[in-house]
Amino acid sequence: MSAPEALAFSAATGKRPIPVIFERGTPGRVGYSLPASDVPDAPLDAVIPATHRRASPAALPEVSELDVVRHYTALSHRNFSIDEGFYPLGSCTMKYNPKINEDAARQAGFARLHPYAPEETIQGALELLWELEHTMAEITGMDRVTFQPAAGAHGELTALLMINRYYEEKGERRGTVIVPDSAHGTNPASATFAGYKVIEVKSDRRGNIDLGALTSVLTPDVAALMFTNPNTLGLFEEQIVEVARAVHNVGAQLYLDGANFNAILGITRPGDQGFDVMHLNLHKTFTTPHGGGGPGAGAVAVRSHLSPFLPVPTVERDAQRFTLDYNRPKSIGRMRAFYGNFGNLVRAYTYIRSMGASGLREAAEMAVLNANYLLARLRPYFDVPYDRVCKHEFVLSGRRQRDRHHVATRDMAKRLLDYGFHAPTIYFPLIVEEAIMIEPTETESLQTLDAFVDAMQAIVREAETDPELVLSAPHETPVTRLDEVAAARKPDLRWRPARPSVSSRA
Amino acid sequence: MKYIPATPAEREHMLGAAGVRRVDDLFRDIPAEVRLRRPLDLPAPLADPDLLAHLRELAERNVDCDRLACFLGAGAYDHFVPSTVPHLALRPEFLTAYTPYQAEIMQGELQAIYEYQTMMCELTGMEVANASMYDGASATGEAASMAADLTKRREVIVSTAVHPEYRQVLRTYTSHLPITVRELPAIDGTTPIEAARAAITDETAALIVQSPNFFGVIEDGEALAQAAHEHGALLVVAVAEPISLGMLRPPGDYGADIVTGEGQALGNALNLGGPYLGVIATREAYVRRIPGRLVGRTVDTGGRPGYVLTLQTREQHIRRAKATSNICTNESLNALIAAVYLATLGRQGMAHVAELCARKAHYARERIRGVPGYALAFDAPTFNEFAVRCPVPPEEINRQLLEHDILGGLPLGRFYPEYRDCWLLCVTERRSKSEIDRLVDHLEGLR
Repeated sequence: MSAPEALAFSAATGKRPIPVIFERGTPGRVGYSLPASDVPDAPLDAVIPATHRRASPAALPEVSELDVVRHYTALSHRNFSIDEGFYPLGSCTMKYNPKINEDAARQAGFARLHPYAPEETIQGALELLWELEHTMAEITGMDRVTFQPAAGAHGELTALLMINRYYEEKGERRGTVIVPDSAHGTNPASATFAGYKVIEVKSDRRGNIDLGALTSVLTPDVAALMFTNPNTLGLFEEQIVEVARAVHNVGAQLYLDGANFNAILGITRPGDQGFDVMHLNLHKTFTTPHGGGGPGAGAVAVRSHLSPFLPVPTVERDAQRFTLDYNRPKSIGRMRAFYGNFGNLVRAYTYIRSMGASGLREAAEMAVLNANYLLARLRPYFDVPYDRVCKHEFVLSGRRQRDRHHVATRDMAKRLLDYGFHAPTIYFPLIVEEAIMIEPTETESLQTLDAFVDAMQAIVREAETDPELVLSAPHETPVTRLDEVAAARKPDLRWRPARPSVSSRA
Repeated sequence: MKYIPATPAEREHMLGAAGVRRVDDLFRDIPAEVRLRRPLDLPAPLADPDLLAHLRELAERNVDCDRLACFLGAGAYDHFVPSTVPHLALRPEFLTAYTPYQAEIMQGELQAIYEYQTMMCELTGMEVANASMYDGASATGEAASMAADLTKRREVIVSTAVHPEYRQVLRTYTSHLPITVRELPAIDGTTPIEAARAAITDETAALIVQSPNFFGVIEDGEALAQAAHEHGALLVVAVAEPISLGMLRPPGDYGADIVTGEGQALGNALNLGGPYLGVIATREAYVRRIPGRLVGRTVDTGGRPGYVLTLQTREQHIRRAKATSNICTNESLNALIAAVYLATLGRQGMAHVAELCARKAHYARERIRGVPGYALAFDAPTFNEFAVRCPVPPEEINRQLLEHDILGGLPLGRFYPEYRDCWLLCVTERRSKSEIDRLVDHLEGLR
C-alpha cells in the first residue's frame, strides 16, 4: 500500500482550519427550541433577586442548529478512531467497541435513571451491577469488586486508600509503596496522592522485575508493591509466585495494575497468582469506548481481607431484592458521588454476556497470537530489547534508525499517520530507549496486521533512503507538526474575540 | 465469534510465522501453578437477539424518568437534551477515539475541548478551565489539595450546605494527606457569613461552598469571597447545577478562586449517576497547579492554527510521583456532550432554560407553601431546588407519589438527621404546569 491510498480521511477534509464555533454565528441567531413558560408570570425580581442575576448572558455561541451540525461533523472528520482504522496504541487496548453495547446502554431504562431513585424502581440496574460484580470476581479470582472508580488511576487511588485503612485498622504504620521502573506513570502519582513515599525497583535483563533488587527494598515499612502483569513490556512476570511470596513475607499487599488484563482473560487469574487487590480498566479489556479520553470505568477487585474497606455503597442481595448497603463502618468512604460510571458498566456487562467464558479466553489467545505474529514480522527491522514470547503487546526500539539515519521513533510514528494508521505508544516504558509499544488486540484481522507491517517496512526504508521525508512527517494530515513549545510557553487555553483593529473601527 | 476475525487457517499461518505450534505455546511463561485449569464459570454466551432481549428485560425492570414526572435533583438533573447532542457528540469518530496523543490526526477532539474550555470559562466567569475531571465530587476533592498547595496551608473549611457526597469524597481524598477538613454548619440552609469569618484563619487554605447549595439556596458569594480573602484563603465554589449559570452571577464575578462542578446537567443523561462531567476552572495565575489535561492553541510548521495537549509537565505520565494529580483518563466525551449542548442552546438558550427552571420552581414553591401543613424549610432565594417542611414523612409522600408516576424529591433526613421532616424538590424546564399542579393536588391529600 502506498501512502496516498491510505489517506481518505484527511484528503476528504482538506487542510483549511475550521473556525472555532464562536466565530461561526452571528448575534441573534438561535439553534434551540424550548417552550414559553406555562406558569403564571411573576416579576423576575421575585423569582431571583437582581443581586444574584448575571449582568449579561454568558457569551456562548449564537448559531443555528445546522451550524452546530456542520461544525461538529467537520470536527469529527478530523478525528482518528477505532471505527476509522488500526489503533495499535500499546497499553491502551484499542479493540473494537461493539455497537450492541451502545444500544444496550442507551435504553431509557438505564440511561434515564436518577441516581437517587428509590431502590424498588432500579431493581434491574442493581441486578446488573450485582451480576457484573460476581462475574468480575470469577474472572479475576478475587472476592469482591467495587465499580465506583471512574477510571484506572481512580481505581489505583481507591485501592491504595483501602490498603491504608487496612493497616490503620491493624495498628501498623507503613509509609512506602514500591513500583517497578517500567510502571505506568499513574502508579507513582497515585501512591504520592495517597500519601506514600515511592521507591522504584529496576527490571532485570529478561524484562522481569529484578527479584534481588525488590527483596532489598522490602521492609516492614512497605504497604504495597504496585505490579503490572503482564508488565508494560508486554511480558509475563515469570517469577510472579516468588514476587508474591516475598511481598507477603514482609506483610505487604500485592497490587495489580490490570491495564494489561486482556492478555490473560480466562488463562490465569490474579487472585490465583497471589494478588490481594487490583484494578481493571473496563474501557480497555471490556470494550467500553474511550470517548477521546474518557469516560472510563475502573473496577477494584479485592480479596476478602480488604473487602470491609470498599467504598460505600455496595450492592447486596437478599431473598427478595437487591439493595444498596451504606452501613459499612470500616469503609474508606466515597471516591465520587453516586455509584460509578454506570453507563459503561452496562456496556461491559453486555460484552461479557456476548462473549461468555470461551469467548473471553479466545480474545486473550488471539490478542497474544496477533502480538506475537506482529513481533515476528517486525523483528527483522527493529531492535527488540527483550526478545521473548510476548503477551498482548511488545516493545521495539527505534535506536537502530536513530543511530544510523538520525530518524527518531517520534518521526517514524508521525510518518505512520500518513499511512492511515494511528501511531503506537512511543517513549514508554521509560526503560526502553526510543520505545515503540505495539498492541494489536484480537479484533484486528491478519490483513490489517499485514498492511501495518508493510507500512512499517516502508517507513524503515524511507528512513534509509529519504530521511527528510520521515523527519518532516506527517504530510497528509490536516495540520503538520505542532509547536508544543510555544503552546506551553504562552498558553492559549481559551478563545477570545479578536479586538477590533484600528482600521475596522475607522 | 464475530469480534475475532482470524479463521482457523489464518491462525495456523500466524502460529507458523511466530514460530510456535500451538496457541498454548505462547503462554508457557505463565507458571503452571497459577494457570487456570478450568473454564471460567460464567453464563453461556448469548447471541445478539437474545442478548438484546436480556438487556431490554433488565432495563424494563427499572422505572425510568421517561415514565415519571421527576421532581428529584440533589446533584443529578433531568433536563431536556436536544437531538443534536446524541447525533453529534456520540458520532463514532468521537466515541471510539483515544486520548488525543497524536495531535495531527486528533484536531477534531482537541478543537472541541478547546471550545469546551472556553465555554466553561464563559459560564463560570473564570480565566481557565481544564478538559474535565471525573465528576463534581472528585473535582471538589482535588480542588482542596490544589488550594492547600497554592497557599501552603493545611486546613480547608467546608460548608455543610455543600452536597453531602461531595463532602464525603473530600474527606476520603484528604484522609491520608496532611490536610484537615473542618465543617462549617449551615444555618437556615445558608452558609453563615459571620461564622465563616470567625472560622477562617491564617491557617486556612480554602473555604469551600456550593451555590446554589445543596438546599437549593443561592449563597452570598461576594461576602463569602471577602471572608476567605481577608485571611488569604481561597474561595472554592462548587456548582452542582450548571444550568443556574445561565441566569445567576458567575462565581468568577464575585471573587471565586477555584470553581468546581458537576456538568451532568449540560446535555448528559442521568445514567444512574455516571458517567458525569467534573468541571474545574480557576484563575490564570494558578494554571500550572490545575489537575488534569489542558488543550492549547498553537501553530503547525506551516503556520496553520492547531491544537495540542499542553502544560503536560504537570501530569503523571511526565512527572510521575511529582504530578499535580494522578488523573489520566478523564470524561472527555461528557465534556464534548456539554459543548454540543451549550453550542445548541447558545447565548439565548442558556438564559432561556435557566429562566424556565427558575420560574417553574418559583411557581411550585409558592403553590406548595400554600398547602396547609407544608412550609418552606428556609426563607432564602433559590434557583430550581427548594426544601419543604412536611407534615408527613417525606419517604411516605414519595411512596404515594410513585403510585401516581411522580418521582418525588429527596428526603433530607437521608443526609441531615435534623431535617428528617424536610423534602428537597427540584423543578426543571421539563416539568409542565399541569405536572406541578398534579404534585400539589396530591400533597393536598397528604396532610
